[in-house]
Order: sequence, then C-alpha cells, then structure tokens
Amino acid sequence: MKVPENLKYTKEHEWAKVEGDVAIVGITDFAQDQLSDIVYVELPEVGAKVRQGEPFGTVEAVKAVSDLYSPVTGEVIEVNQKLADQPELVNQDPYGEGWMIKVKLQDPSEVERLMSAEEYKKLIEEES
Amino acid sequence: MLKRTPLYDLHLQLGAKMVPFAGFKMPIQYTSIVEEHRWVRQHAGLFDVSHMGEIRIEGDAALEFVSYITCNDPSRLRPYQVQYSALLNEHGGIVDDLLVYRLPNAFLLVVNAANIDKDFGWIQRHAPRFGVTVQNLSDEVGEIALQGPKSEQVLQPWVPVDLGGLSYYEAMETSVAGLPVLLSRTGYTGEDGFEIYASPPIIKKIASLLLENPWVRPIGLGARDTLRLEMGYPLYGNDLNEDITPLEAGLRWIVKMEKPDFIGKLALMELKKTGVQRKRIGFKTPNRRVIPRKGMALFSNGQEVGFVTSGNYSPMLNTGIGMGYIQPHEVKHPLTLEFRGKLIPVEQVSFPFYPSGTVRSKKPKSSH
Repeated sequence: MKVPENLKYTKEHEWAKVEGDVAIVGITDFAQDQLSDIVYVELPEVGAKVRQGEPFGTVEAVKAVSDLYSPVTGEVIEVNQKLADQPELVNQDPYGEGWMIKVKLQDPSEVERLMSAEEYKKLIEEES
Repeated sequence: MLKRTPLYDLHLQLGAKMVPFAGFKMPIQYTSIVEEHRWVRQHAGLFDVSHMGEIRIEGDAALEFVSYITCNDPSRLRPYQVQYSALLNEHGGIVDDLLVYRLPNAFLLVVNAANIDKDFGWIQRHAPRFGVTVQNLSDEVGEIALQGPKSEQVLQPWVPVDLGGLSYYEAMETSVAGLPVLLSRTGYTGEDGFEIYASPPIIKKIASLLLENPWVRPIGLGARDTLRLEMGYPLYGNDLNEDITPLEAGLRWIVKMEKPDFIGKLALMELKKTGVQRKRIGFKTPNRRVIPRKGMALFSNGQEVGFVTSGNYSPMLNTGIGMGYIQPHEVKHPLTLEFRGKLIPVEQVSFPFYPSGTVRSKKPKSSH
C-alpha cells in the first residue's frame, strides 16, 4: 500500500498535499483499495467552504457509500472535473489523477494536526 | 467463531479480501467486483458456495413430506431433476427459498447459509408424522459453482459424460477428474454453468484444477450479488423474508395451489381472494450517479408507496438498478426514488435487467 512521504493524512483515510496556502485533497491508496470499484464521487462546488474533520462529499463504491472528511479548513478553489465521468481514476491513481479538491487554507497551521506518513502507516497496519 | 469453508486457504493464496458472511469467513472479492462480474458474463468464474446448507430427506414418505413443507410440486420431478422452491410458514411467509434435488432414494434440499439451523429445525419439527429421516449434511458437503458462457468447455475435459446431455435444472452423479460428485446445471448468475457438490477434500482438489484453466477466475460474493441482481433474482434476507409471501415476491410460478396440502396453502388462498398489499418490482435509475440501496423510499405523486430491498450499480447496464416492494396499483406507474434528500425519477422495468445471459439459451426440460 503506497503512503507517500510528502503528504499529510487523516484517520478517515484522506490525504492532503500542502503547497503554500493551498492543499490538494484526495483519498489514500488504502482507502481506494478497501472501497474498490468506485462508481461515483460527489464533490462540493468551487466556492464552497470545507472544515477540517467534517464531511465534504461522498464516494459511492459497489460495496458501500462513504463520506469524505476534509483534512483542512478553507474555500474550495478547484474540483477535479474528470471524476464526474471517470470515478475509476480514484482507484487507478489515488494520489495523482484521482485527486478530488483544491482548498485555499484559512489557517495553514492546522496542517500540524494531521498525521505524518509514518503515523498513517501504523494506523493502516492496525486496521488491515 | 466464524466457520471456514474447505477453500479458505486457497482464498488467502489467491489474495482474496475476506469478510464475515452468514457465520462464515468468505471472499468478497479477489481483484475488483466489477471486473469479476464482467469476467463471468464473458468467460467463466469459480465461486465458493460451500457455505450453502444441504439437508437430506429419506424415507418411504419422503415425496409426500417434501411436498408438504415446500410450495412447489416435487412430484413433477423425475430422479436427478432440480426445482426452485420455498419453505413457507402458516401465514404463507417465506421461511427460506431453496433448490430441491430429487435423487433416486432421497431428496436433497440446498438452503441459504444464514438459514441452515432455522430450516433444519423447521423441517425436523414437521418430520415425525411422516416418519422420514432428516439429516443436516452442511458441514460434510462442499460446493462450488462454475458460471459463465465458457463453463461447459472448461468442465468437459474433466468429466466422463457429454455435458451437452445435461439440461438446465438437471443433475447427475458423475466424477470430475475421477473424483465422485453431484453435478447440476444450475446457478445464480444468469449465465450457463454448473454447481458441484462433494466432500471438502474433493471440492478443494476440483477448485484448484479448474482454476488452472486460463478462462477461469475466482469470483467473490460481491460479484455474486451484482450478478444475481442484474437477473432480478431475489436474495433471502434482502428481498425475501418471513413476512413476505411468494405471491408478493413475484414467485407465483413456484406455488402449486392444486397440491392437496402444504404449509401456508390456506393463507395463500385467502391472500389470492383479498389481493396482495405489495408487489416486488424492478427499476432503473437515470444514470450511475444514482445508486439505489436497501431501505431507500419509493414515491409516486409525492406519496411514499414502497421501499428498496436490493440495489447497486449494474456493470452491464452502467447505471443504478434496484428492486423493492410497492403498492400493487403503483405497478407500471411513474416512480421516484428518495436519494440523498431528492426525489429522482426511476423507470420501472421487468426482470431480468440484463436479458442477454447465456442461461436463457438452455431451455429447461422440466416445467419447474
């Protein structure tokens, strides 16, 4: 299971890639593998506000529906439009083409509360 | 403590994701549910269905007894014919749906895993006045299903008989790779295929042999569920239960009212007079963004008229499909599905959702 070193993680299996005051958000390789067969991703619109630890969308897989929890607080400045027609990109490339939203951070310091790659690896070892 | 099937180690070797199901540790998928689903529609898939229960009924009055406890008519079966049927309670509700195999000196009932203990108890309770012997063989019998258009081609080299001579819903005692089995042309996918019953070590051996064929892939419970859903086959626990009668479930064809007596007959006669309060229907959603799920409400003209009992993404139709129960006068009327706080129009369609399954090309010889 891939857990890139340069990302931050939530215990609900989302990742955030922080660049300055913008974070790119998606779900982890572990999450996509557990869900498998994603058929629909429901995301907020550009301009929507998201809050750290609160749901910002849903992902529907053949097996089950799951909420998506935002790793950060801020305004959505971009949404991955490709996922509307190709939700399988989340399964195929969760850290790349399967990204979900870009968020302009309200408080960049809150990123400190997220898990490091090391901590997240431990979490998924316990869960699998 | 979860039970393991004879193929447990094989599932782990094949990299299956294992989940608890009906008291067993079962593979839900090996690669992807959608990929496995499509593979079965195109080639051949191997399913571990060893969790299913087998109950054997023997004795001079075995036929009369099976006829009394099931709603279909087993007297229509010649030896080695198979029939889809159900155990009903006194109210006509479905205790379980099952397959009835007529063997030369016995009947074999193949029941749902989650209902094995309940069914065995129910059957035993009614047995004394018929003087029949009832045995629960579930732990001694393993079962695999080989399903898909290439099933016959895959299995033929391993059996000493021409499989072309085995019709849909027929069975035979034969051998696979020299090992004794009960083989039937049955399944739960809508594709041509076989179900094989044997002792656990034999099932293990045969599963490994069949998986050596490059046309065969192991298929998990996830795809088993989406495959049966595309065919409109009801699943016990979702679409059937003890409060639902076969008349409501669209299973009138397995109820033989002209039989002298069977459990539930009086209740069903009454229900036929008064009319059913609900009917099982199928519907398609406008697109794959709307996936119906068990428990969602169905509306007509702003009124709640029913609920969903099974729903999922259909890999072959590339949209959401579902089944559920609605008030009978709403059948064929426009319906909406309550989906994430909105009412989405859905199209009522007849079963099967997917009409191209190869099982249709094999005509059953029996009239069920």
